[in-house]
Amino acid sequence: MTDSAASPAVGRSVPRREGADKVTGRAHYTDDLVVPGAWYGKTIRSTVARGTLRAITLDPAFDWSRVVVVTADDIPGDNVVQLIRDDQPALARVGGEIRHQEEPVLLLAAPDKGLLEEAARHVRLAYEAREPVLELERATETYHTIEIVKGDVATALRVADLVVERTFRVGLQEQLYIEPQGAIAFPYRGSGPGAGASGVTVIGSLQCPYYVHRALKRALGLPDEQVVVIQAETGGGFGGKEEYPSVVAIHAALLARKAGRPVRLIYDRHEDLAATTKRHPGVITHRTGVGRDGTLTAQDIEIVLDGGAYCTLTPVVLSRAAIHAAGAYACPNVRIRARAVATNTPPNGAFRGFGAPQSLFAAELMVEHVAERLGVASLDLRRKWMLRLGDSTATGQVLTESVSAELVLDAALKAAPTFQRPRPLGSNLPRVRRGRGLSLVFHGSGFTGSGEKKLAGKVAVECTAPGEFRILTASTEIGQGTKTIFSQIAADALGVPIDRVTVGAQDTSLVPDSGPTVASRTAMIVGGLIRDAATELQKRLTQERPPLRVDRTYVQPDTVHWDDATYRGDAYPVYAWACTIADVDVALDTGEVRVTDVVTAVDCGKAIHPVMAEGQIEGGSLQAVGWATIEEIKMRDGRYLNDRLATYLIPTTLDAPRIRTILVENPYSGGPFGAKGIGELPMDGPAPAIIAAIHDATGAWIDEVPATPEKVLAACASS
Amino acid sequence: MRFVLNGRSVAVDAPGSRRLLDVLREDLGFTGTKEGCGEGECGACSVLIDGAVVDSCLVAVGQVEGCNVVTVEGLADGGQLTALQQAFIEHGAAQCGICTPGMLLAAHALLQQNSQPSDGDVRIALAGNLCRCTGYTKIIDAVLACRT
Amino acid sequence: MPDVTYLRPRDVADAVRLYGEHPDCRPLAGGTDLMVMRPLPRALLDLWHLGELKGIRRGDGAIEIGAAESYTGIIGSALVREHLPALAAASRTIGAAQIQNRGTLGGNLANASPAGDTLPVLLAADAVVVTDRRAIPVADFFIGYRKTALLPGELIVAVRFPLDGRVVRFLKVGTRAAQAISKVVLAVSRAPARIAVGSVAEVPLRARGAEQALERGDVAGAVTTIAADIRPIDDVRSTAAYRRAVTRNILRRLLEP
Repeated sequence: MTDSAASPAVGRSVPRREGADKVTGRAHYTDDLVVPGAWYGKTIRSTVARGTLRAITLDPAFDWSRVVVVTADDIPGDNVVQLIRDDQPALARVGGEIRHQEEPVLLLAAPDKGLLEEAARHVRLAYEAREPVLELERATETYHTIEIVKGDVATALRVADLVVERTFRVGLQEQLYIEPQGAIAFPYRGSGPGAGASGVTVIGSLQCPYYVHRALKRALGLPDEQVVVIQAETGGGFGGKEEYPSVVAIHAALLARKAGRPVRLIYDRHEDLAATTKRHPGVITHRTGVGRDGTLTAQDIEIVLDGGAYCTLTPVVLSRAAIHAAGAYACPNVRIRARAVATNTPPNGAFRGFGAPQSLFAAELMVEHVAERLGVASLDLRRKWMLRLGDSTATGQVLTESVSAELVLDAALKAAPTFQRPRPLGSNLPRVRRGRGLSLVFHGSGFTGSGEKKLAGKVAVECTAPGEFRILTASTEIGQGTKTIFSQIAADALGVPIDRVTVGAQDTSLVPDSGPTVASRTAMIVGGLIRDAATELQKRLTQERPPLRVDRTYVQPDTVHWDDATYRGDAYPVYAWACTIADVDVALDTGEVRVTDVVTAVDCGKAIHPVMAEGQIEGGSLQAVGWATIEEIKMRDGRYLNDRLATYLIPTTLDAPRIRTILVENPYSGGPFGAKGIGELPMDGPAPAIIAAIHDATGAWIDEVPATPEKVLAACASS
Repeated sequence: MRFVLNGRSVAVDAPGSRRLLDVLREDLGFTGTKEGCGEGECGACSVLIDGAVVDSCLVAVGQVEGCNVVTVEGLADGGQLTALQQAFIEHGAAQCGICTPGMLLAAHALLQQNSQPSDGDVRIALAGNLCRCTGYTKIIDAVLACRT
Repeated sequence: MPDVTYLRPRDVADAVRLYGEHPDCRPLAGGTDLMVMRPLPRALLDLWHLGELKGIRRGDGAIEIGAAESYTGIIGSALVREHLPALAAASRTIGAAQIQNRGTLGGNLANASPAGDTLPVLLAADAVVVTDRRAIPVADFFIGYRKTALLPGELIVAVRFPLDGRVVRFLKVGTRAAQAISKVVLAVSRAPARIAVGSVAEVPLRARGAEQALERGDVAGAVTTIAADIRPIDDVRSTAAYRRAVTRNILRRLLEP
């Protein structure tokens, strides 16, 4: 049954099983699924940012018997999108509040798209509009506050030789998965004691089947077993399909229930850009105290994030932002005051990094500013300040293992191409200036504090027949190679060749809740559970015969101590580390910035699949390059002006730098084969490195992202 | 109207103004071609028309009367993956895979024209295909690996 | 889409006839602008397959490019590379391969977007828009925001470029290196003095004041004056202030020896 001659799979870039389907067009994403008899759905949305919905009028000139209409009155369960706080309705109701542009009000389903559009044109919404709150600075409602205190920052600042204060701004960002949001809902009549009992199955593009399952149960008023959620092949997520798919699923399910037939609710790109969640924008202020010799003595940090109109995951985003806000540095006196506020803009939500890119942006640039004021190299400050084994973080966590700040710093510096500035021709300074910047970041793996304990993620590994194994998990494949790395881990733990291991479909009726596919937890936490389950299965198979199944539930190691009330202790079991070096060309007469090279050294403990680990780093890095340079979102009246792909711009092949990754392995004893998380870390480093590079090139500081040509030109002119 | 799709003659009874993308996906059942934006910006709907890579969301089906259309399904010859498709798998050029069909067709068109493209040539040829997962690095590596 | 009539003429004469019979139709070449219009036109007059509208030929001291010739064809043409390199340069900045394989000068002209990338080159080259019934100097072609001098039913068949040895230089500033609508786009000729700018007014513009300075040999004067010739706005892509500053800076760059 076991093939001891098989070489270990972990650490090798084994062929990805899904590969052939993806290169032949055989992989079926949600909108590729053929569903005979399905109708098409559409969401009618508000066109004011704030007010009371006074009336929904269905123009009698249209024959409404040809379509299905769903309003808030049709919601059988609770009119809420279940997440953290029950503040977001699934549909706004007449007489109720509208809190943002594009807020869902009404749903339509029709047998063809032409009729659907015609019906949509005959819906009128009437509002009593109110003055919206559109700027974070004018917000009056706070979703959440967090305060992290270490030592005595006030005194430390008072006695510091030098105090540097700066304010940074970080902008909205759209996840821009190339496959838009979509779900297909199938109503069914169940069997069983409640004759005519009905339920729903939803197939969709999503990261977290059980989040959607919970949301559907709540809104439809259905018990566990009458809701099934199945993840279809998903064309990218990056957090954008963490919580938003619950909205799509609820809407599709409501329509399907009322229509008595399947309904396809597939967003087009404009709707996806206009209405779905974005990265939280914010303002971050640092006051940093240092000794004359560059010793870091105090970090006083204020963070304000804009959560938009509903809470969604904002408290957790704020948490990550706060915990990472002091950067990868050891400081005896730290105070971090973070708050998240509400505005009448579309709700913001999860996007790779989840608050950390925002706060690390500020922390990293602070090192640059302090270095400039002290007249020293920022690299020297980083070496002085960086966290080392035995140091404690802002939350008082003593780092006892797998601390790699210096490792990645040295690796990146070694690998970076030789840096050359263009020489001035005669008396003319070059029109294009070249610059280099560096950043050093860390990112906690897994859910914060007691989060994993509360999640209690579950997996199962089965031996279905002699020599055949199957993994059952709700963790989703969204491009990052989940199924392949799980197969590698299980195969090695079982001591079998990898082609003996399959992964069951992400179908809530078949697999246990492993927790969401987010938070850099898939390899370390869920992979760890799979390793444990497979190890136990292998042992039991020496005594018992298949079929055999081992279930495992996450138990937090008793070495992790976290206090939710004081926000102190071990925020994460372990951190991954990255150092990024970015080279830019800046055209002084247009402000255009070209990022030509990015070198990143990453420690993720153990690269289970090196090619896929590099892929995560390369992809995440380019997303961060886009956030730093061209991904700008402008708003008017609470609506995004960049609501088509012609106006929301992500990097093309001609904008992408050469990206070089160096995998450094500093294993973590608590991760499967030493693995830590890697998914979000690549998002944290490039933006501050690019801003530092722009400064190196031009002498101008742009303390915000995106550093658009308009801002760069203005900053160069005034400096 | 008639055209050749992946080497086979097909007859289509759709209005001439219907998007080629919709005819391929819905009328003919070839769902390999994807809709990422519907406005000719992302390239996920790329197909070849008489060897030239175009966005099928911008083509009215009447316009391909008598033309040779190739989609991703038409690349592999009777189930045997092309060198390009193999290279994509080996180099990790497909992560979520939604941009992959369009990328393959744009890369295929390039290699038909230029069997020894430089890194720069590849970037120019694929500039109309957006990818959000990979950072393009391994896609470019895969195409360069197919130089002959 | 199914409600949109599709018309397929046999030749240009047939196209002109059909256009006359269906005044609400829009001539369709590669579709890169027309197919994303919302709402769509009531009818599409498909010109893409008409050989008479393709091709690049030289004769009579001019180069004539068929209205439905693709940008790929223009970029690859030895005639264009030799005599109109700025047109090839402009064509290369449009979209990317997929768009260049379908986009056309006829489409760029008829669409009359102030951001049309080739339009400043046409203005700087004193190109002539050849229709089924007359020839319109491109300087007279754009009469308002997305409005052209074309009469109802008038079809663009070619664009003619006089070969007078003038050198046109071109530069586009866009948000990214491909698939980008311009923030500012310029084409400049020193002799005769032509300065054409896109994305800084409701039409692609000849900067007449700056041209007069350039005519006198006053490069510095041209760079100063151009700010008054243009009327840029703030929009989703950029700001008036940026456009003003960059137009000036790019003009300076293009007038460098």
